[in-house]
Amino acid sequence: MDPVAFKFLGAGLACIGMGLAAMGVGNIFGNFLSGALRNPSAADGQFARAFIGAALAEGLGIFCLVVALVLLFT
Amino acid sequence: MASPIEQFQIKPLIPVLNFTNSSLFMIGTVAVIVGGLMLATSRRAVVPGRAQSVAEMLHDFVAGTLRDATGQEGMKFFPLVFSLFMFVLTANMLGMIPGFFTVTSHIIVTFALAMLVIGTVVVYGFLKHGTHFLGLFVPSGVPAWLLPFIVVIEVISFLSRPISLSLRLFANMLAGHIALKVFGGFVVSLGAAGVGYAILAPLPLLMAVALTALEFLVAFLQAYVFTVLTCIYLNDALHPGH
Repeated sequence: MDPVAFKFLGAGLACIGMGLAAMGVGNIFGNFLSGALRNPSAADGQFARAFIGAALAEGLGIFCLVVALVLLFT
Repeated sequence: MASPIEQFQIKPLIPVLNFTNSSLFMIGTVAVIVGGLMLATSRRAVVPGRAQSVAEMLHDFVAGTLRDATGQEGMKFFPLVFSLFMFVLTANMLGMIPGFFTVTSHIIVTFALAMLVIGTVVVYGFLKHGTHFLGLFVPSGVPAWLLPFIVVIEVISFLSRPISLSLRLFANMLAGHIALKVFGGFVVSLGAAGVGYAILAPLPLLMAVALTALEFLVAFLQAYVFTVLTCIYLNDALHPGH
């Protein structure tokens, strides 16, 4: 097979990681929401922490995006 | 048709001075911040007007975030954190105006901001705590045989901080603007494809409108996340012990 084809395959495979990161971020906010509905008075204090967790989980997905972009455009 | 990544092209405006459209929008961002805040606080009143309320809200928001993460002694970093938040927020928001250049969609800009933060953490940490600052890499209460591995992991996670901090902001801006351009391109190509396809053209237009709303959310959220992570890293410089 053509090496360029493998490049595009690799970029597509890297995007799987972004889907996994989406699961992680959804997990964080889903659990945050279910906790917040049980104890709404404590929700505001943990808001920043939920965003930090989401930002860290999202960062790993963004590494995948960068890998895909590097494969596509270099 | 223009490629979706053409919008990120850097064009020299004054080649002799290396003055590019990126420099122009950076100066514009600073001008908007300084002008807006000066205008808002020019007629100070005990009962704030609309503009003054916005300025006070921004100040209290960033101050609250910083105080929550670092405590009262972290407030000496308030000018740095507030400048970073306002610069990233305004640059993101200005980038949302069609035809405008997004300063933060270039990794060298966000990397410079992230290195400023990490550089401040390292310099301040060593100045304040000396070699004690290295205790950041040695968590307490870890079994002795596990310690070498933990230290290696902590060092790697510390070194990856500037990369992840800058990549997050850059990639969010890049991906969002590319998605907007791609959906804009769908509208044009469906409209040009013939009568049968042209009636479908409003669908990607609706999507582009929804994405624009999402991008405004992301623009604010990434500025907030950048600020929160800055506060957490500064907290490491202030209290390096685990």
